[in-house]
Amino acid sequence: MDIFLQQIINGLVQGSIYALVALGYTMVYGIMGLINFAHGEVVMIGALISITVTSTLAAAGMPLGLAGLFGLVAAMLTCMALGWSLERIAYRPLRGSPRLTPLITAIGMSIVLQNLAMIFWGRNYMTFPPLLPKVNFEFAGTHFTLVQVVIVLLSAALMAGLVFLVYRTKLGMAMRATAQNPAVASLMGVNINRVIASAFVIGSALAAVAGVMVGSYYEIAHYQMGFMLGLKAFTAAVLGGIGNLAGAMAGGILLGIIEALGAGYIGDFTGGFLGSHYQDIFAFVVLIVVLMFKPSGLFGEKTGDRA
Amino acid sequence: MLEVTGLHVAYGGIQAVRSITFHVNEGETVALIGANGAGKTTTLKAISRMVGATGDVHFCGEKILGISPHEIIRKGIALVPEGRGVFPRLSVLENLRMGAFVRDDKAAIADDIERMYAYFPRLKERADQLAGTLSGGEQQMLAIGRALMSRPKMLLLDEPSMGLAPIMVQKIFEVVRNVAAAGMTILLIEQNAKLALESSQRAYVLESGEITLNGDSAELLHDPKVKAAYLGE
Ligand SMILES: Nc1ncnc2c1ncn2[C@@H]1O[C@H](COP(=O)(O)OP(=O)(O)OP(=O)(O)O)[C@@H](O)[C@H]1O
Ligand SMILES: [Mg+2]
Repeated sequence: MDIFLQQIINGLVQGSIYALVALGYTMVYGIMGLINFAHGEVVMIGALISITVTSTLAAAGMPLGLAGLFGLVAAMLTCMALGWSLERIAYRPLRGSPRLTPLITAIGMSIVLQNLAMIFWGRNYMTFPPLLPKVNFEFAGTHFTLVQVVIVLLSAALMAGLVFLVYRTKLGMAMRATAQNPAVASLMGVNINRVIASAFVIGSALAAVAGVMVGSYYEIAHYQMGFMLGLKAFTAAVLGGIGNLAGAMAGGILLGIIEALGAGYIGDFTGGFLGSHYQDIFAFVVLIVVLMFKPSGLFGEKTGDRA
Repeated sequence: MLEVTGLHVAYGGIQAVRSITFHVNEGETVALIGANGAGKTTTLKAISRMVGATGDVHFCGEKILGISPHEIIRKGIALVPEGRGVFPRLSVLENLRMGAFVRDDKAAIADDIERMYAYFPRLKERADQLAGTLSGGEQQMLAIGRALMSRPKMLLLDEPSMGLAPIMVQKIFEVVRNVAAAGMTILLIEQNAKLALESSQRAYVLESGEITLNGDSAELLHDPKVKAAYLGE
């Protein structure tokens, strides 16, 4: 039983990170029907920027906590600028072209960003500075750390903030209207370009935070870290129903838990043949199963219903 | 108030609107009638900048053919699009608020929402319902209410009677006439020529992208050619 509860907790932590990244996929898809495959790379850039800024400031004598805060803010600002530029440079010129064109461009951008990161930061794994004191908690036979608690709480706060933005503000209403009928939204005075750009910018800010979270959780970062994370977050978005905010959140957390439980029990299931390092297969089994049996996802509308 | 001169729209090789010229004076209701495919919707789309066009469009003396689509409503032109175009997954209230997107005067917006509810009590009952679940007639009411929420100087209506039962058409047109009586300038597009001519002061007849007739609506109602082609008499 302990391992069950423990894995639920671990899954919740990992799932919160997936959810933050999945929101970026789903917002852009919801508004313009584009799967921004470069989104995982935005997470990676966020993590690497935050390492560089944090360690530079810490080396200059700033207390680590404060340096980490600056690192986080720098990562968010950089990623917001990056998300904005991606839309402006890579996707906007292709608006109105067949769907495959921006999709291939997105894959291209993802490769470009990985290579740029490799040039700037090198091929080696980088150690992520410990931003938070190592505090351990014990509860009902399970163990967890301060980092894990902060990840879950911060993700929850950001998601609540996003829900507020989308459902309670004028910008959010304009985003929903644009997703449903861009031509009519612009008749109402909505500047469609600005709404699309803000979806990229907001999604990228969340991605930056997710990058810092993964970095502090696993204490390493690497120019290829965005690839697998991006695929899994995309899976989470599809699981929840891509284009749907609640779906991305639920899909992220669910995927995290499925993975953690899978990793926890895979040894038992296979008589020790497969170890927990095979946990990555679960995400893709989930993706395949969803695509086969409920391609619109758990919360999604029927496919093609996007106005 | 609205002056359209030599407006021309082509979709690829198809000449949908061929150099048409017409105008709408302040406070007037002008009808633009014509058969399917005559180019009525295209004309409205060109004025509201949803399709590219050549020629000249002046509104209140200002050239508007070069501005962005989202600027049109700020000039005071509100369009009720063909097929209503309500936001299906926004509530009725949110759709009305979208109509007031360009406004910042919160108190006056709240008053106007109440005013729309007075025009269309049905909308008040459904305020929190998703617009996509409304009936066609209710959606048309919402689309008109939404357009009025911007406090426009001029209203462009694209076939408000389309697909509605006669009783609903009566209701919608009653509101249109009330709005007109309150001083609104209206360009009304209709296939239902009789209704359009009865609800307007002047009218233009559009055929295959060209204006073939124009005049006082009351006279056109008795014009033999109009009678034969559009009134089924
Ligand atoms: N997006 C488009 N691409 C190509 N041709 C178009 C497009 N939109 C309209 N047309 C063509 O332009 C012509 C005028 O169409 P329009 O929609 O303006 O007609 P309408 O008078 O509004 O007709 P209806 O009463 O059926 O709404 C038609 O021949 C139509 O096929
Ligand atoms: Mg039409």
